[in-house]
Amino acid sequence: MFYREAGDFSKTYREDSQTFPIRFDRYRYYAVLLIAFAIIPFFLNDYWVNAIFLPFLIYSIAAIGLNILTGYCGQVSLGTGGFMAVGAYATYKLMTSFPEVSMVVHILLAGGITAFVGVLFGLPSLRIKGFYLAVATLAAQFFLVWLFNRVPWFYNNSASGQINSPERTLLGVPITGANTEPWAVYLFCLVFVALSAVIARNLTRGAMGRKWMAIRDMDIAAEIIGVNPLTAKLSAFAISSFFVGVSGALFFSVYLGAVEVGEVFGINKSFLVLFMIIIGGLGSIFGSFAGAAFLVLLPVLLKNVLVTGLGWPTDIAAHLEFMIVGGLIIVFLIMEPHGIAQLWRIAKEKLRLWPFPH
Amino acid sequence: MKKKLLSAVIAGFMVATPVMAELTFSALSYRTGAYGNNGIPFADGYLDYFTLLQERDGGIGGESIKVIECETAYNTEKGVECYEATKGEGVLSYSPLSTGITYQLIPKVTADGIALHTMGYGRTSAKNGQIFRNVFNFPANYWDGASVGIKHLLDINGGDIKGKKIALVYHNSAYGKEPIRTLEELSKKHGYELTLLPVDHPGQEQKSQWLQIRREKPDYVLMWGWGVMNPVAIQEAVNIRYPMENFIGVWWSGSENDVLPAGAKATGYKALAFHAVNSDFPIFDDMKKYVVDAGKAAGAGDQVGTVLYNRGMYNAMLVSEAARTAQAIAGKSNISQADMIKGFEALEMTDEKMAALGLAGFGPSFSVSCENHGGDGMVAVAQWDAGAGKWNVVSDFQASDMSVIQPLIDEDSGAFAAENKLSPNCD
Repeated sequence: MFYREAGDFSKTYREDSQTFPIRFDRYRYYAVLLIAFAIIPFFLNDYWVNAIFLPFLIYSIAAIGLNILTGYCGQVSLGTGGFMAVGAYATYKLMTSFPEVSMVVHILLAGGITAFVGVLFGLPSLRIKGFYLAVATLAAQFFLVWLFNRVPWFYNNSASGQINSPERTLLGVPITGANTEPWAVYLFCLVFVALSAVIARNLTRGAMGRKWMAIRDMDIAAEIIGVNPLTAKLSAFAISSFFVGVSGALFFSVYLGAVEVGEVFGINKSFLVLFMIIIGGLGSIFGSFAGAAFLVLLPVLLKNVLVTGLGWPTDIAAHLEFMIVGGLIIVFLIMEPHGIAQLWRIAKEKLRLWPFPH
Repeated sequence: MKKKLLSAVIAGFMVATPVMAELTFSALSYRTGAYGNNGIPFADGYLDYFTLLQERDGGIGGESIKVIECETAYNTEKGVECYEATKGEGVLSYSPLSTGITYQLIPKVTADGIALHTMGYGRTSAKNGQIFRNVFNFPANYWDGASVGIKHLLDINGGDIKGKKIALVYHNSAYGKEPIRTLEELSKKHGYELTLLPVDHPGQEQKSQWLQIRREKPDYVLMWGWGVMNPVAIQEAVNIRYPMENFIGVWWSGSENDVLPAGAKATGYKALAFHAVNSDFPIFDDMKKYVVDAGKAAGAGDQVGTVLYNRGMYNAMLVSEAARTAQAIAGKSNISQADMIKGFEALEMTDEKMAALGLAGFGPSFSVSCENHGGDGMVAVAQWDAGAGKWNVVSDFQASDMSVIQPLIDEDSGAFAAENKLSPNCD
């Protein structure tokens, strides 16, 4: 009824190629932005920000990054944790070496450094594919974690090997360190998330995204029609690593504040982000958000329902949490192998016909 | 239906509204994951002591006690979630039992004005209370442990360990790296050679480290291990026939869970201790009567009297005594978070006090002050006897070498102060 293209006439090419061609989608998008930017910040407390919104937003950026590489360009990567660590350690070195420079610059620079490292580790992708590439990126994961543990320069020779983010302000408002306001860190991350999503969405719609998808679907055919695999694959690695680096930088500086590389950016993190995009939907920006939400929010929700709500012992609740989340992942993959994003697509198709499906 | 579901979801994320009518403590425990085997007895001891106070004495100073348990799985992200979820409930002090989570929480508790008590773990330089105003790490810290470990080696070698080779097998994390600086400084002083052998999380894979030990034959092996890493290391040491009496673990590598899997061959393995490691104390009679037999024990209730159970109990005892001290200072029983910090800072553990609690000789006597948040660092060495199935304390409690440790504490806490623009003060 209200969800259809009919009656929504495009008068320019610009209008014709916009991201959300359906009017309802457009308004929904603006409404989401409005709620996220103008309403949620007024209702936040420390718990909501530190336990729910920050992890969700930051994992979303990481998932968008990995989705570009794996979902759009078809290059399986198990090095996400390692690349996040590059972002985190780059910000740490930058923010302790140049305290007067803005955090926004540091985080973007950290993304740039990660992009460079990502290209280095992406070079083997020109020769190897599939599982073999996964193993090569796995090597990146272990090498990077080992490097940050091994070389004291990266953690400024601190006795514990931990990196701690000192207090930094943006326009006079602290955004890292202990004295942050919930709304400030939330908005800071939200700006990065919104920009990442918009950039990623437009990249994947454009010529670059089409090249990636051509490589993903059949690399030989893509090469024959004139896609240069070298630039396509390396650009995917660079851009993906940029986003992953930004998320690692935010993860360390804004969210956790103190990081130990082996524990925070271990192989588990790589798998977690990979599961996010598999459950959310490969090759979908919305899927990145949905997957991050699923894997970040569900455990917190279960914990609160089982322990705070029902008063169960914490260990039983923790074990049950594993079983429920694991079970749901399997159910999801059997019922909908294309992820939550596919459910969303089906819902939209149905909505087009509603309320007269025949 | 949809609305109902939505409100249920929202309610699921919400945390209960603060209730300030009782003394609230938190137990950021872990009963799952690779560190659960060590986390469970500690958490049981910690909770059972508070249950005992509640059941026997009706709380502390007439106020009833509420302990909120939260599972962290030794994971820093979950630790942050737990902290944020519980801090709104007026929690008086946190004891996260994880050095990683401690580093997360130090800036947070400083901003929120809540006490953090890290007993025998955490950031060692928090001993300098002039900079770490609400972080406490009495009665002993890692650097005390490293120093007393070396002192023990000096004792058994007649005071000379020049040229001896000592290997440190450590958990490759903030926790395991803590003693390295101290051991390096001590090696300059005493002239031993130090080899560092990191073991990555979780620690099941140690073949190469122990192969290196077999090849290089260090005279002594020190270990900073936790969780599944401990039994694996002890088993590997048995496998390469390393003389167990030359193998010394820190107090976190010295529980029954760590040595039992290696069987009879583990006899002779040593571990540091800063409190008693057996259960011959009158308090355990009360514990049995009021908690275990009443069916109120935490967990499975089968850990009473083990080393880590004792440590959890000791931790809860120190926290509750600090609360008592705070009540005396504030002149009221319903203390606030700020009162609790003052209570920690004025805590005095005397032998009489310990005896009155049914814990005579359980731990050393010490007192906390603003300048010294770390106690006196009295540490002893315990040895495992697999035949009898128990730990025996084989040395006296002795103080660490403060001439080496104090400059390190000043340096590290000074660096923290400079990073965070703090000036040392005691007001």
